[in-house]
Amino acid sequence: MHTHTLKALSDLLQKKAISATELAQLYLKRIEKSTLNSFLHVDPSITLAQAKQADEKIARNQATPLTGIPIAHKDIFVTQGLRSTAGSNMLANYTSPFDATVVERLQQQGMVTLGKTNCDEFAMGSGNENSAFGATQNPWDTNAIPGGSSGGSAAAVAAYLTPAATGTDTGGSIRQPAAFCGITGIKPTYGRVSRFGMIAYASSLDQGGPMAHTAEDCALLLNAMAGFDPKDSTSLTPEQCPPEDFTRHLNNSIKGLRIGIPQQYFEKGIAPDVLDAVHAALKQYEALGATLIDISLPKTELSIPVYYIIAPAEASSNLSRFDGVRYGHRATGYQDLTGMYKKTRSEGFGAEVQRRILVGAYVLCHGYYDAYYLQAQKIRRLITQDFQSAFQQCDVIMGPVAPTVAWNIGDKTDDPVANYLADIFTLSTNLAGLPGMSIPCGFGQGSINSKRPVGLQLIGNYFSEAKLLGIAHQYQQSTQWHSASPERI
Amino acid sequence: MSLTQQDVERIAHLARIKIDPAHTEKYLHQLNAIFALAEKMQVIDTKDVLPLSHPVSAHLDSLSLRLREDKITESNQRQAIQSQAPATQDGLYLVPKVIE
Repeated sequence: MHTHTLKALSDLLQKKAISATELAQLYLKRIEKSTLNSFLHVDPSITLAQAKQADEKIARNQATPLTGIPIAHKDIFVTQGLRSTAGSNMLANYTSPFDATVVERLQQQGMVTLGKTNCDEFAMGSGNENSAFGATQNPWDTNAIPGGSSGGSAAAVAAYLTPAATGTDTGGSIRQPAAFCGITGIKPTYGRVSRFGMIAYASSLDQGGPMAHTAEDCALLLNAMAGFDPKDSTSLTPEQCPPEDFTRHLNNSIKGLRIGIPQQYFEKGIAPDVLDAVHAALKQYEALGATLIDISLPKTELSIPVYYIIAPAEASSNLSRFDGVRYGHRATGYQDLTGMYKKTRSEGFGAEVQRRILVGAYVLCHGYYDAYYLQAQKIRRLITQDFQSAFQQCDVIMGPVAPTVAWNIGDKTDDPVANYLADIFTLSTNLAGLPGMSIPCGFGQGSINSKRPVGLQLIGNYFSEAKLLGIAHQYQQSTQWHSASPERI
Repeated sequence: MSLTQQDVERIAHLARIKIDPAHTEKYLHQLNAIFALAEKMQVIDTKDVLPLSHPVSAHLDSLSLRLREDKITESNQRQAIQSQAPATQDGLYLVPKVIE
């Protein structure tokens, strides 16, 4: 039962073959027994109360496709009732007086919250090792990271602790953990999904999105998550972005699809086993009728410094609100206000967050602003233009999500730059605001890597999520990677 | 360009963060590694390029900050909001003395 997709569970619920309460109890039991550290906060009384309401809705025949389906929320989304920590000591005991719009919308559909998932602190990280509450293990190989920053959500879905979860993606934080955990995730076009109640890291890059086993599941979730929110100043209005059904292209044929293969995504530094898995996936697309077209995204490597200047700059501004005054941690033993700020922030923030705040503050300083921040913003425009040139020649861009499979917990903990370099294929998508997906396409090779999943990345032009989901769905109709299960799960 | 310990201390002060002296050298080394990465941006000629700060503006013209009607839409939720505050009194947030 627990290995069913969201769609399959939805059918069972609507046929009344199972109740929302039974489903909730099933997953709660699995979560209780799990040692992956993927969940941070669970409250069965909240879950079961929601399940009861969902069952009542189903009984009154007022169910939607998502009613009664369990969901887990990345701890970046604020929730009433359950704590929201953003993976940080700064918010270790914070309970929000309001729900994030994403949470509210899924709850309105009758989804049942199982709990909050672990994540890198303030979404800053690529391995879930930067959580103040301990690393999360990859269910495929507990020595491995699940990826980050939505590592808890990815691990929970992969381990069948929940059929679906929400994540956020600022530089790859949905796509990369989805790839490392062998599940499906999509980061929508910037502005699609409301950021209200999504604790901010880098406001011009952050986007929330669904993580589940299949493209179809993600499409159903995106239907509920996406849409204009007046409370998010960067949310696209219905005039700018008309509401749509993201499932409508699922059954579109792949025949004639032009797939752009960026030269820079297949060059030196990429592990041969990742290349093999991705090439096999591309061959499968050719068999389905697609044509591969060579394209170039020349600033791919430059996206790393551009992102790691812009994101920290925005983070330094966003995180200045954590000062111990209105919410969150407040230190003791200070002499004055400045002392309170400093001690509070030093105690509340972990090392990676402090590093990024310092980098961000520095590049925004007079004298350095032009050379660093402004230069990065200009290259950001060039990167965006490169994608537009590419989309003149192809309908979708494909390549690896990451240069390797998941690495071991602890391998790159003390080396920030090593972590940053591994983000090379996902960062540009956020800089340009484009939609991007990861779908499972195989595993690594060798005694260790053969247990660790590989993800195929799909990047589309603005507003092409329905197309991307369809392109992914067709692959999943003719392959089995998305149905594979970790051992002992 | 390479940061010195003084630079780190100055920025930390501006960002209101107190760096643990035991970790200053490691931080300095890590920050310099990040800035070494940033140097790669200098080779690109961006003389006539406008900065892109809002990704939507790259593909949607005339993007401007939305305004709303000047009507009261929110209710007083001070109690709920202040329930999370470290120290309050009479509906005010308590902080160390700011003005001498």
